[in-house]
Amino acid sequence: MSRNAEQSIFEYSRPGRGATAQWPAAADRPSPIPAALRRRTRPLLPEVSELEVVRHFTRLSQLNFSIDTHFYPLGSCTMKYNPKACHQYAMLPEFLGRHPLAPASQGQGFLACMFELQEMLKEVTGMQGVSLNPMAGAHGEFAGVAMIRAYHRALGDLARNEIIVPEAAHGTNPATATMCGCIVREIPVDAEGDVDLAALKAVVGPNTAGIMLTNPSTLGVFERRIADVAKIVHDAGGLLYYDGANLNAILGKVRPGDMGFDVIHMNLHKTFSTPHGGGGPGAGAVGVSARLMPFLPIPIVGRDGGADGEGVRYRWLAEADLPQSIGRLSAFMGNAGVLLRAYIYMRMLGRDGMARVGEYATLNANYLMARLRAAGFDAAYPTRRASHEFIITMKRQARELGVTAMDFAKRLLDYGFHAPTTYFPLLVPECLLIEPTETESKEALDGFIEAMVAILAEAGQNADLLKRAPHTMPVRRLDDVRAARQLDLTWKPAAAVAG
Amino acid sequence: MPFIPHTESDVREMLAAIGAPNIESLFDEIPPELRVQGLAGIPDALSEMEIGRLMSGRARLDGRPLCFLGAGAYEHHIPAAVWAITSRGEFYSAYTPYQAEASQGTLQLIYEYQTMMASLTGMEVSNASLYDGGSAVAEAALMAARAHRRSKSLRVLVPSTLHPHYRKVAVSTAGNQGMRFETVPYVRSTGCIDLAALRRFEGEDITALMIQQPNFFGQLEAVDALTDWAHSQGIMVIASVNPLSLAVLKPPGEWGAKGANIVVGDGQPMGVPMSSGGPYFGFMTTRMEYVRSMPGRIVGRTVDLDGKPGFTLTLQAREQHIRRGKATSNICTNQGLLMTAATIHMSLMGPVGLARVAEASLQRSAELVEALTRVKGVTAAFEGARFHEAVLRFDRPVAPVLAALERDGILGGLDLSADYPELGNALLVCATETKTHADIERYAAALGTAVKAARAA
Amino acid sequence: MSHVPPDLRFTKSHEWVRSLPDGSCEVGITDHAQAALGDLVFVDVPVAGRALKAGEACAVVESVKAASDVYSPIAGEVLDGNAALGAEPELINKDCYGGGWLLRLRPSSPAELSALLDADAYSAQLAAEGN
Repeated sequence: MSRNAEQSIFEYSRPGRGATAQWPAAADRPSPIPAALRRRTRPLLPEVSELEVVRHFTRLSQLNFSIDTHFYPLGSCTMKYNPKACHQYAMLPEFLGRHPLAPASQGQGFLACMFELQEMLKEVTGMQGVSLNPMAGAHGEFAGVAMIRAYHRALGDLARNEIIVPEAAHGTNPATATMCGCIVREIPVDAEGDVDLAALKAVVGPNTAGIMLTNPSTLGVFERRIADVAKIVHDAGGLLYYDGANLNAILGKVRPGDMGFDVIHMNLHKTFSTPHGGGGPGAGAVGVSARLMPFLPIPIVGRDGGADGEGVRYRWLAEADLPQSIGRLSAFMGNAGVLLRAYIYMRMLGRDGMARVGEYATLNANYLMARLRAAGFDAAYPTRRASHEFIITMKRQARELGVTAMDFAKRLLDYGFHAPTTYFPLLVPECLLIEPTETESKEALDGFIEAMVAILAEAGQNADLLKRAPHTMPVRRLDDVRAARQLDLTWKPAAAVAG
Repeated sequence: MPFIPHTESDVREMLAAIGAPNIESLFDEIPPELRVQGLAGIPDALSEMEIGRLMSGRARLDGRPLCFLGAGAYEHHIPAAVWAITSRGEFYSAYTPYQAEASQGTLQLIYEYQTMMASLTGMEVSNASLYDGGSAVAEAALMAARAHRRSKSLRVLVPSTLHPHYRKVAVSTAGNQGMRFETVPYVRSTGCIDLAALRRFEGEDITALMIQQPNFFGQLEAVDALTDWAHSQGIMVIASVNPLSLAVLKPPGEWGAKGANIVVGDGQPMGVPMSSGGPYFGFMTTRMEYVRSMPGRIVGRTVDLDGKPGFTLTLQAREQHIRRGKATSNICTNQGLLMTAATIHMSLMGPVGLARVAEASLQRSAELVEALTRVKGVTAAFEGARFHEAVLRFDRPVAPVLAALERDGILGGLDLSADYPELGNALLVCATETKTHADIERYAAALGTAVKAARAA
Repeated sequence: MSHVPPDLRFTKSHEWVRSLPDGSCEVGITDHAQAALGDLVFVDVPVAGRALKAGEACAVVESVKAASDVYSPIAGEVLDGNAALGAEPELINKDCYGGGWLLRLRPSSPAELSALLDADAYSAQLAAEGN
């Protein structure tokens, strides 16, 4: 990666310059826009050549870590390799040029992919229905909780507005519950990371809408009494929501539908390898059990015609087909291009490849955990198997050496590794949540272990090296307090800044 | 094994380090009765060559018709450089820029994007994007409810000239939090918001008025008068705009005496392919005074330990990973890659190129309306200024005409009979700079034939 | 060791209350709370005239890494929010018991004050929490 700072695109700008080959010819009629509705001042867009644009943004790209260049042991995020074929075949001109409101007759190829994706997602999760609309994990969560509410409402059970969330849950879970107009009830987990069943029994009741769980949990361990949890919540009249953030751990091994979950969101940008894109787009397809099927967000793809493949036609199912749907969540049908990538990935893995994902993700995590423990690091749950991820707690190092999990994370950047997830889950002090994914080789994992060991040695000899890390990145630690107190959110011309 | 690098000896050594006899034993904490045996419904794996052939065949089935559909997704030329750079692994496969030191490229790009979007919309601050135009409208309504300190009603006035799907998304997203959306009708002759109908709300507690410009019919709303009316009533104004149009149209920040309060829209027209509806990106800009009520990521410029300028996510305490149940939104994504494409697109276009695209689209659209209304039985539905879409009224049902056009390889537009039955037989058509004179003549000729055939039938 | 002025009353959730000579009360967050939050970057104070119940969330204090609600220790009507915090949230870090006050209110039931912790009890709570 490059360490050189890159000036702003606006500083390249010169009046009268432009990438004119990309522009259409000037209109040869006077503009019909009335004067009162016309723009009077030029927007602050740069006037630059094509080469300047290409060079500037290429240089910016070189200031980034990415999976294509670096290992990301980023817990809860499943940063696996994004196969190039998925991108190339989702970007075929016919797919890119297809208008969202084009009739189904002009989209049988695309719709076939979407229908088959729905079917495959049902199969791997054990659910009865799937909607592909949500555009990110949190969006899928919203759809899921909205369906739970709609279900209770349809039964006339208006009191059920409480969502139970374990204290280790993703921050999106309580935020989602609030967005759906629900009240959050947090429950603790026990010393081995399982849900505290006594606490659960104490909070369920006639107001319980449902519980949101990740399994394996955010603590990197499998919730062993999931069947008991399901029974307690179902007996109380509530439903079970599965946060699919950790689906990679169990792909092909155990299915949320078989564990008793009623609704699930999947993060296709995690489990099914669509790109993270520097923060999106994601895709958060939702799956449901039979009782929630009428409430799925629309549109979904339906198939008419012969089961033998003859005369098959695909079409959109919308308001008329699902009158109890929670409605539309996006202007059209969600992140179609992302869904195509997930489809391609799943077809390339196939039946056997799907099960290998869970196996090798788990192998890599347990290997890393075993080696790091042997090297003197403390696992937060040493008596448990790692799932596809695990937690190292730096509490002892913080006390003995005065270095924090954040210092370790920042120093890892200097060694060429993206930092693990830090300070999440909140209930484990000084934690690093580490998820290697199945696509990393043993050599990559060994390199990470060597770096962790080297940093631990540095911490004993020269803690300042960690505290002031990173030293080799394009910038050093940034002043977050200044960023928040003196908000500078847009570039301003030098004259404006001076004035 | 596809995308898994392990050799047999790797696996042996790794299991030995763990102290486990085999991979299967790593799953021994999962109750056996819950385990699934095989996934019969998943087909066998395909090689890259095989999936390439399959996808190419499926793409061919969809074809490449001549498209005059608009209605929230627009075909524009996308410069080659846009996706050549956006597809670079360092953008494509990067994580969210939480580790600022390892994400300066993405962060600086977002800062430049925020600058461009704020200026284009005439506002002071922008977030790093939302899901799409529909969800951005919903988030804007929720934001207005937080930002408006005096209004307690959670009532938002929504004109029926706002995209029908956007209206539905707003209801399904914000309805659970008690937001109420009340419809404002349009004037039948102009296809624009009925100001007289709005006046019936005077004196009531209303949180916000939404205005789409150009509106769903392509007509230009009287944004100055609408904005001034809303502010005179203590109502916030949420603008939903096509960002490309702002190269030539008055930015929402300058509407009326005080400008709109929140601006949203879909960024798709700037470098993002139509792609069956997504991924696109929603944008949101506002005034500095409301920045803490804004959802989504925001990047700020600051300095590092050495005093050197750098970029970082800021105002994160608004967000779900810190605020949890009290966050401004559960959103924890932006459509980063699409926003990247749009930033490169805006840089290539600049102020002059973007205005050219807008003016060329206007001209093509005017030519399209002229050509199609020469066909007997086809008239323009509304008077007044338009952007690059128009509603045409037919003397017979539109669906059979569209079907005939489709057989000629033309997508003639959107039949409005379901969403706007009061318009009778009405078709929403669009032409951008991508349509040539020959394309327009081809459409007009095919329409003439189709209408004639329908009349004879 | 955090500073606990002897003349104030405290809550378990780390707010303090000062009785003013005119019968009104001043409310802020304690030295322990400001230290735990770190450098504050934003403070949201209530507007005058708002009626507060005891224990109601009435202000928000934000640092880079955390945002926290402040709960009104007693019931009353808000007389004033500290406007200076808008431009200078760091006043709370610098002088949490003085210039960093959050709000003033007129108590609806002055007797509630005596139910709050005194300095000794609050110090004991901090010690019990391991501070």
